[in-house]
Amino acid sequence: MMDKHRILQAIRPYALILPAMLGIAVFVIYPVLYLAYLSLYKYNLMNPAKSKYVGLENYTAILAREDFYKALVNTALYTFGTVVLTLVISLAIAVWLKQSTKINAFIQAGIFTPHIVSVVSISLVWLWMMEPNLGFLNFVLKSLGLPTSQWLQSSDTALLSVIIVAVWQGIGYYVLILVAALQGISPSIYEAAALDNASKWKVFYKITLPMISPQLFFILVIMTIGSFKVFDTVRMMTNGGPNNATNTLVYYIYQNRTTNIGYASATGMVLMVIIGILTFVYFRMLAKKVHYQ
Amino acid sequence: MASIELKHISKSFDKQEIIKDLNLTIEDGKFTVLVGPSGCGKTTLLRMIAGLDSQTSGQIFVGGKDVSKVAPGQRGIAMVFQNYAIYPTMSVRENIEFGLRNNKVPKIERNELVESITETVGLKDYLDRKPSTLSGGQRQRVALARAMVKKPAVFLMDEPLSNLDAKLRVQMRIELIELHKKLGTTFVYVTHDQVEAMSMADKIVLMNKGVIQQEAPPEVMYHTPSNIFTAQFIGVPPMNICKLQAGTITLGFRPENAMISKEEVQGSFQAKGQIITREMLGSETIYQIKTNDQSFMIKSIDDSYRVDDLVHFAVEQDKLHFFNEQQERISPDQPSYTEKLQQLRGSYDG
Repeated sequence: MMDKHRILQAIRPYALILPAMLGIAVFVIYPVLYLAYLSLYKYNLMNPAKSKYVGLENYTAILAREDFYKALVNTALYTFGTVVLTLVISLAIAVWLKQSTKINAFIQAGIFTPHIVSVVSISLVWLWMMEPNLGFLNFVLKSLGLPTSQWLQSSDTALLSVIIVAVWQGIGYYVLILVAALQGISPSIYEAAALDNASKWKVFYKITLPMISPQLFFILVIMTIGSFKVFDTVRMMTNGGPNNATNTLVYYIYQNRTTNIGYASATGMVLMVIIGILTFVYFRMLAKKVHYQ
Repeated sequence: MASIELKHISKSFDKQEIIKDLNLTIEDGKFTVLVGPSGCGKTTLLRMIAGLDSQTSGQIFVGGKDVSKVAPGQRGIAMVFQNYAIYPTMSVRENIEFGLRNNKVPKIERNELVESITETVGLKDYLDRKPSTLSGGQRQRVALARAMVKKPAVFLMDEPLSNLDAKLRVQMRIELIELHKKLGTTFVYVTHDQVEAMSMADKIVLMNKGVIQQEAPPEVMYHTPSNIFTAQFIGVPPMNICKLQAGTITLGFRPENAMISKEEVQGSFQAKGQIITREMLGSETIYQIKTNDQSFMIKSIDDSYRVDDLVHFAVEQDKLHFFNEQQERISPDQPSYTEKLQQLRGSYDG
């Protein structure tokens, strides 16, 4: 009797997490392993039996091809631009909206709205707005007497245009997080700083920024990972063009989905490794500067 | 060092007047305690002196200078907050020297100040620690050190001991008294705890509903309260107040001023009743005695009485207080005092 009881006790925790573990195994671990497996083959979609094991050939091919580097640089630029712009703008808006008044709640809801609209719809709307001849943006620029832009039509401005859409869409969500963080700071700390004769700027970078550093760090990591995987805006607005100016890693994988599954899988693995390394570097470099309560 | 003067101060929040035309002078170098029940406006008053809240009207002078429109950091004031308001992201040292840095104090002088202050409050070994690793008492000391290091003309404290446990609170009370003696600076201390007020103050300012009820040193306030509110707010248990002869006499006496006995006792006021509760506090015992229509708290060094005992008690004439219809205390040299006393003579409650 005693033994049976003890065995049950030992098994219980594993039994309780089994459903979740099954889900993870089926939907996370298996696909990743399968991706790794595919990346080692020259895969034949028509007749999988004719697929050929090629070892690391796909990987050496990736590293030798210029279009991969083009996509990698584009992705890095896109990530950098999106993360920096989003962080700076949402921080500025959050500081502005810190006081919880009715008008601020309304503005915040307005800024948040793009987040609940489908990226596909948003991309289409911006596609029209950025149209060089009839689009809204150039209309505004023209009526203000400012120089117009080719937006998505020129390889010089296309990436920036995609970044603008991503920032516009993402800000509301991050403003929400930052406003909550700012409102969580005890007002008496600011009062103490006022009595300590601290200037506004000093209060901001010696008190406000360190106090919300966990949220800023969270946003940095989440956004970097998300931006590296950008796809939908690129697919809807530019298809990677013009002249590969907006081709990003995930879109690059997508382009190779039918012609070369093995090669696409290998690119996916490379992307995973890059994101892994980046996140690791963030934690090593910044975790000490983040202040957790 | 500086005195503080408040002239015709009013304060409203959302059209509700918290403080109305208040005048108060806080003497230079004194330990002044603002005390009163919650919501009486004492903290609001302190925050207006600090400049954290602005008065709706009126003027504030610190050291003779009108600071009514001066920023908090430039009033020469330091404040200790109830929740300490320590900067959680800074080390103990950074917390203490933040004000000095903002005031552009040179590094060498800054370090000397920080060293000597942390020595005084016993935080020397904790300079590089983060506040989250400190105990409540140590955080309290950080807050004190942060205030002291600026060498302010005025120290403001907003219930600084209320987050400490009972033992530490008593200890810190003594340390604050010593600190005041050593610094000789003006201290303004806000509390709702009358024991804290009595034990620390040179002068107590008792407030209720935004109005100052009495300003006096602790012993004066205890022995000659100016009205019923003061009489009942100061002292544990509060002064016994009873209405006699169809409410024509309002009489009061301190719990320790009644003589209690199994036999009848003589006094200007005497009564008998049954003990309904008994609190043995060690050196003294508090009895709650119920007479026909009232109950009285009596403090005695005799702990031999038990619950349900029938006892007599009496109060001498010089220990009795009388109050008029406006609830103000009648001073013994006023004619109405003798009147009330004569009226009382011969009456017997219970």
